Amino acid sequence: MQRFLNKHPTRAVFVLLAIASLAWLIFSVWPEWLIDLIGRKKTFVNTLINGLTLGGLYFLVASGFTLIFGLMRNVNLAHGTMYLLGAYIGYEVAEFSNNWYLGLIAAFIAVGLCGMLMQLLVFRRMEGDDLRQTLVTIAISIIAADLMLAVWTGTTYQFTPPEWLFGSVTLPIVSAIKSSGEVVYLKYPLFRLMVMLLAILVGVVLWLFLNKSRIGMMIRAGVNDRDMLSASGVNIQLIFMLVFAIGAGLAGLAGVVGGTALSIAPGEDIRYLLASLVVVIVGGLGSITGAAIGAVIIGLAEQFGLAYLPTYGVVITFLIMVMVLAIRPKGIMGK
Amino acid sequence: MIKKLITISLTLLAFTGWNSATAQDTIKMGALATLEGAFAVLGEDGMRGVKMALEEFGYEAGGKKIELITGSSDASPDSALRAARKLVEQDGVPILVGPLSGSEGLALKDYAKTQPNVTFVNGVSAAQDTTLREPADNFFRFTTDGAQWMAGLGEYAYNEKGYRKLAVLAEDYSFPYTQVFGFLEPFCRLGGQAPLDARFWVPIGNKDFSSVIAALPDDVDAIYVALGGADAINFLTQYGQAGGELPLIGGSITVDQTVLGSRGRIREHVVGMPSAGPISDTWDDPLWQAFTDQYRKQFPDGFPSPSLFAHGYYISTKATLLALDKVNGDVSDGGKAMRTALSSLTFETPTGTVSLDERRQAIADIFLTEVTVDDNDNLVNKTINVTGQVSQTFGLPYQDFLQYGPVSRENPRCE
Repeated sequence: MQRFLNKHPTRAVFVLLAIASLAWLIFSVWPEWLIDLIGRKKTFVNTLINGLTLGGLYFLVASGFTLIFGLMRNVNLAHGTMYLLGAYIGYEVAEFSNNWYLGLIAAFIAVGLCGMLMQLLVFRRMEGDDLRQTLVTIAISIIAADLMLAVWTGTTYQFTPPEWLFGSVTLPIVSAIKSSGEVVYLKYPLFRLMVMLLAILVGVVLWLFLNKSRIGMMIRAGVNDRDMLSASGVNIQLIFMLVFAIGAGLAGLAGVVGGTALSIAPGEDIRYLLASLVVVIVGGLGSITGAAIGAVIIGLAEQFGLAYLPTYGVVITFLIMVMVLAIRPKGIMGK
Repeated sequence: MIKKLITISLTLLAFTGWNSATAQDTIKMGALATLEGAFAVLGEDGMRGVKMALEEFGYEAGGKKIELITGSSDASPDSALRAARKLVEQDGVPILVGPLSGSEGLALKDYAKTQPNVTFVNGVSAAQDTTLREPADNFFRFTTDGAQWMAGLGEYAYNEKGYRKLAVLAEDYSFPYTQVFGFLEPFCRLGGQAPLDARFWVPIGNKDFSSVIAALPDDVDAIYVALGGADAINFLTQYGQAGGELPLIGGSITVDQTVLGSRGRIREHVVGMPSAGPISDTWDDPLWQAFTDQYRKQFPDGFPSPSLFAHGYYISTKATLLALDKVNGDVSDGGKAMRTALSSLTFETPTGTVSLDERRQAIADIFLTEVTVDDNDNLVNKTINVTGQVSQTFGLPYQDFLQYGPVSRENPRCE
């Protein structure tokens, strides 16, 4: 912090100014001219939180994707399938046991196992052959999508979250002051705030796991030099399977979370695969921090697009991608 | 290698052999619906309607066996075109029933012009210009369009509900434009308002409505929502979660059985929602009762009551089969006789009499409905009122109706 201040005094001033004005935008009561300029405060602040919570969901999906790529250089295009499969399995378990948490855990474990099997039965046999792996994962995703359509049909499913998570909470942010002088506070769906908290929790746990644990150290060593790691007596196949299980399991977990916050239906697999791809391209392939940054940027872009430019909102996401690719071809945190 | 060759030749034999052996006494009928994407559930129910009509005729019309070949699209015009091309040019169907979604219908109308010997019978696609402007001679629509479906709802919102200013939330393509036009035109003529900056257009398949919900204005009396399938379910759930309190008015497919029959938490927010469309779940006509009983019997895994998609595809398929009956299943003249029969066809459906106007567009009864909970704890649309024999031009001469201009995001302007 101190070093940054000394090194780039002008940049630091800009960053501080940006933070201060954002805080002012969130906590102050907006004057008339600002409302005329960019609309009501409720829209702006809501969109901001929406972007962050959607970013949280994207991070849950994309962190597994980037983890797998980072270690195995394997672009797993069946990652969206893992998301959808987790959602369906979680739904069945949650319906059967009438317990949402059980569904969440079941999705993580079941899809984690699927990931392990995929590594064991498929990817191990074509190690280092990127093109074949990519094609095989596309094939798996297409076949699985049709199988899931056959089993769960095209109906839209929605989870029933635990009672205390349903509904909205009042945030300590003033939305507007009515002419009668009554202060209106901002309301926000509680579950979506929880999505963000869960994403932060998963991010912290992943960071601790990768940076502080012995297995994490092995994984990082494997990212840098696979051959040296296996030469030093580590069973690299076991590590691969573990990472694949965690990556896929996270996607499954995200399926339940996403299915509760939004909904699940055929086609979601492709949507989240695309989202993860864009997130990791923007954030930098293989970096967990990059996935977090990318997820927040894409989440915000999508939500602000939807609120302020509904028809052309989608374009913003891809504009950001193009810009990042032009300036930093390997992504923001890419090496 | 030899094994492979044998497989290939056997496969080829299977295909060609089958066709030539059965070509004489069967007629192929293509059916196209959205079995993928955000409208997959809608397409599935549409296909149930096709099968109900075929079952009713014992898979026979005019003394010939009907062979059903299904095609699937995802609600985008190019996917519908691709599927129609496959059915017409590869499978060689002389009759095609479909498509389901508005813009698909526009694409298929244009395609129909390039295939004069194929008879196209619309599924339930309901964009206005599919038959209003530059119609195709071989494209028939026995279902009513999105603007016809809204008959009576605008007046009801203004007079009975007392709404004066509305926000609009709809998907961004031709069918919701048609619905918004059909709803707002009478509403605004009576003096209601729906400012352009309070109209929100979202892409099909949008999942996350939270930002749109945040952007909805507070100073309106109600929100008119024209979303379909998964989009409607997502919006209704999220609107409830966000603590939304404004009353809602539904487009025809927003509170249809495909949405009401879904597994989700929408119940609290939709009961009491007014809407209008070609069917009403509680319509007490014996023909409608027989239709719903047959639906439940034939499809125990279907919805509690047939959706407007099952209804629409049923009517379209039945019209096709009736016309085939009339010409004794003879389509060897490129379907000319059959199309003549179709043009003059008038028949009783579960929802009243259907006939065609000179642009081959249906004239039929429209139902004003409200969502309620029935005795079996299912959500259904109960009948409030029926508008008899609604035509596409609302009774105006064709040239006069064109003065309203094509449907769009800003038609009517309503200022």
